[in-house]
Amino acid sequence: MQLLANVLIDGLAYGMVLFIIAVGLSVTLGLMRFVNLAHGAFAMIGGYAAALLTREAQWSFWIAVPVAVAATAALGAVLEALVLRHLYRRTELEQVLFTIGLSFFLIALTNALAGPQVQLIVLPPLLAQSVDLGFRTLPAQRLLVIAAGLVVAAAAAWTVTRTRFGIWLRAAVDHPDTAATLGIPIRTVQCASFAAGAALAGLGGVLGAELMPLEPYYALKYLVLVLVVVAVGGMGSLPGSLLAAVSLGIVETASKYLASDWGGLFFFLAMALLLAWRPNGLLKR
Amino acid sequence: MSALLLETRQLDKHYGGLHVTRSVSLQLHAGDRLALIGPNGAGKTTLVNQISGTVAPSAGSVWLAGEDVTRRSQAQRVRAGLARTFQITTLAPHLPVQRQIELALFEREGLTGRAWRSIDGYPVLASEAQALLRGLGLGEHAGWPTERLAYGEQRLVELALALALRPRVLLLDEPMAGVPQGEGTRLLAALAALPKELAVLIIEHDMDLVFRFAQRIVVLAEGAVLADGTPEAIRSDPRVRAAYLGQ
Amino acid sequence: MSTDSSAPRVAPAWRAPLVVIAIGSIAWWALPDQLGLLTRIAITALFVLSLDLVVGIAGLATLGHAALFGAGAYAAGLFALKASGEPLIGLAVGAGAGALLALASGAFLLRYHGFTFLMLTVAVAQIAASLAQKARDWTGGDDGLSGFTMGPLLGRFAFDLEGRTAALYAIAVLALGLYVARRVVDSPFGLAVRGIHESRARMAALGTPVLRRLLAMYTLAGALAGAAGALSAQTNAIVGLDSLSFALSAEALVMLILGGAGRLHGALIGAVVFTLLHHTAASINPYHWLFIIGAALMVVVLLPPQKAWDWLRSRLGTKA
Repeated sequence: MQLLANVLIDGLAYGMVLFIIAVGLSVTLGLMRFVNLAHGAFAMIGGYAAALLTREAQWSFWIAVPVAVAATAALGAVLEALVLRHLYRRTELEQVLFTIGLSFFLIALTNALAGPQVQLIVLPPLLAQSVDLGFRTLPAQRLLVIAAGLVVAAAAAWTVTRTRFGIWLRAAVDHPDTAATLGIPIRTVQCASFAAGAALAGLGGVLGAELMPLEPYYALKYLVLVLVVVAVGGMGSLPGSLLAAVSLGIVETASKYLASDWGGLFFFLAMALLLAWRPNGLLKR
Repeated sequence: MSALLLETRQLDKHYGGLHVTRSVSLQLHAGDRLALIGPNGAGKTTLVNQISGTVAPSAGSVWLAGEDVTRRSQAQRVRAGLARTFQITTLAPHLPVQRQIELALFEREGLTGRAWRSIDGYPVLASEAQALLRGLGLGEHAGWPTERLAYGEQRLVELALALALRPRVLLLDEPMAGVPQGEGTRLLAALAALPKELAVLIIEHDMDLVFRFAQRIVVLAEGAVLADGTPEAIRSDPRVRAAYLGQ
Repeated sequence: MSTDSSAPRVAPAWRAPLVVIAIGSIAWWALPDQLGLLTRIAITALFVLSLDLVVGIAGLATLGHAALFGAGAYAAGLFALKASGEPLIGLAVGAGAGALLALASGAFLLRYHGFTFLMLTVAVAQIAASLAQKARDWTGGDDGLSGFTMGPLLGRFAFDLEGRTAALYAIAVLALGLYVARRVVDSPFGLAVRGIHESRARMAALGTPVLRRLLAMYTLAGALAGAAGALSAQTNAIVGLDSLSFALSAEALVMLILGGAGRLHGALIGAVVFTLLHHTAASINPYHWLFIIGAALMVVVLLPPQKAWDWLRSRLGTKA
């Protein structure tokens, strides 16, 4: 019973991290049909920024993290506006090649600037302690991760359904050709959603730093997991991504606790079965 | 009475709550020239898709020369003598035109399973492909990738591909769609020169073409057959006018 | 025969393999202390060639191709360990293993398209890799499969320490693989698969059994990938888990896109360029290699060499 609770809590936290990072990729794939394999780099950059700010500049965690996320958003916006938007019309293979090249470059850059060692984020005392929930004590950081995931999901849902931007976004995803003729500022929508996705990836990198250590190869190492979440959840479907991330996070955590010598087998088996059952995404038919 | 080549019996199709084909029953005999018309969204292409096998019907059956082909795949229906063209050109854009035609011929002769002899090693089929292209006035463009052809010429190639299969039933989905004004004459000539014994079902919006080409017209509205008769009968049918001009 | 001068013609299949043998032999003779590298290039080229059949010809982007390579490698290694050190039979065993895995996984995978297909290939390959790691009694697990020795090639040419036999062996198999690939791609079957790539709807409307054709091509690609894996096992006398890794699949895809997918020789060029770049740059500093290759990939996309190739090809008069 204790084991089950551990698996569920840790799996949920892991899933939330994957979800937060995956949101940006799902939207980019669904909206711009752009295969951005450099997405993992945003998570890495956000994490690195927070680590450097808290450790080297000794900023408070609560200030460093928003700044790091904002910086990642800015970087994403600049990258999209200057370079990536020109690739939207290229073939998928070319997009793959370019963004892999970009990832390689950023990995090398990260190593050149910060060295190959794992970066640690200094947690404030509030998060370093444990919280007693009655049936279990949890590190406060885990609670923050789960809460953050729920907040992001709620915020995304609210944005998509209740704001004008959300309507523009949905129109652009579902009916790309007509959206422009309807007067929707497509470029703004594209750039803003890309930047938001990058920001969330950065946040995910910060929150997941314990489970996914920050080192230069981070940019590509965990990309597959995020791609899996997007594929299983369905491109452009945020509820689908949430469901996929949490389910797969729990499967992976259970597999780590119970059958660690089987490696990632159960994760990928679960993924293959889910994808074969619902090829267009968990919540789409 | 010429042979009954194509028949649909109470063909029906839903997409969730959307009822796109309502109990459509058609008959096509050898030599028929049937035009399928109707307002946009009437379900004409969906109907043709169910006949060719691209889409499975929710109910009803499709019969080719007396055989029930409802459960058969598209490829099997092609081998049984059914060919079609698409509303939007679906040619392989980078393949040279002659190769595209040769592909149809290879498929017809059952040769696409052969993996060793070079495609240049079939001189008889190459000649047939070239003759077909010359007949369409495209002889000089044999080596051009299909995307380099003018759109009207691409539609011609679409038609040539379907004919290369030597079908008994031909389904044409808006062959003139998207063809600019000047490029239509060769296409019209090709349609007029279709083999006499061929049963042809054509979807078209161009009413001039319809009334010149068709010997029978079926009007489809909201997925159901509204009227079925000679061009004169259809022209004077008040329900047809209402369907197009009303609502 | 056709008298129409504008008609398309394909080049004879033996030309490209002959070029490979020529260049390979010259390199073998001129660079006696780089034979290990030469062998590695030839094996990689064969692997990327097999990938081109799937990605470039059939139009199926896959990130799980290493599974077929690894299957061939482990099969050949196990064959040498348990049965016989005869290299050519081992090569056939490896090719067979790759083909079998391709047939089995393809029957499931090819029902899907696009991104879904891509992710499923990743899943299949990762599952294979996990199984290989778990089954350490057979595969040696993390330590790898070793302890087998190869017998002499054709009964006469022993595998020497300088790698002279290995290099010629690899080049010969590459040339043969290229010949087979060339003939198949230029056959009616190959043309049909290319047609499926460019317009699946059109081919279905012509009566082509689409799934069957794709599966056949995927199986052939599996055979060539398995052969490459077998070569790797035989010339290195060890098989590691990295032969099934996602990194290997991704690298091969990068090499293919770099050299140009869909033309077969692009696969070879990409493999050669990438491996040479990696070899020279990695010895300096592994991270600096990433700077170089990262920049190179971005430049290649922004200023595609494909235009140069097209111009060159139209000049040489080979239209397919």
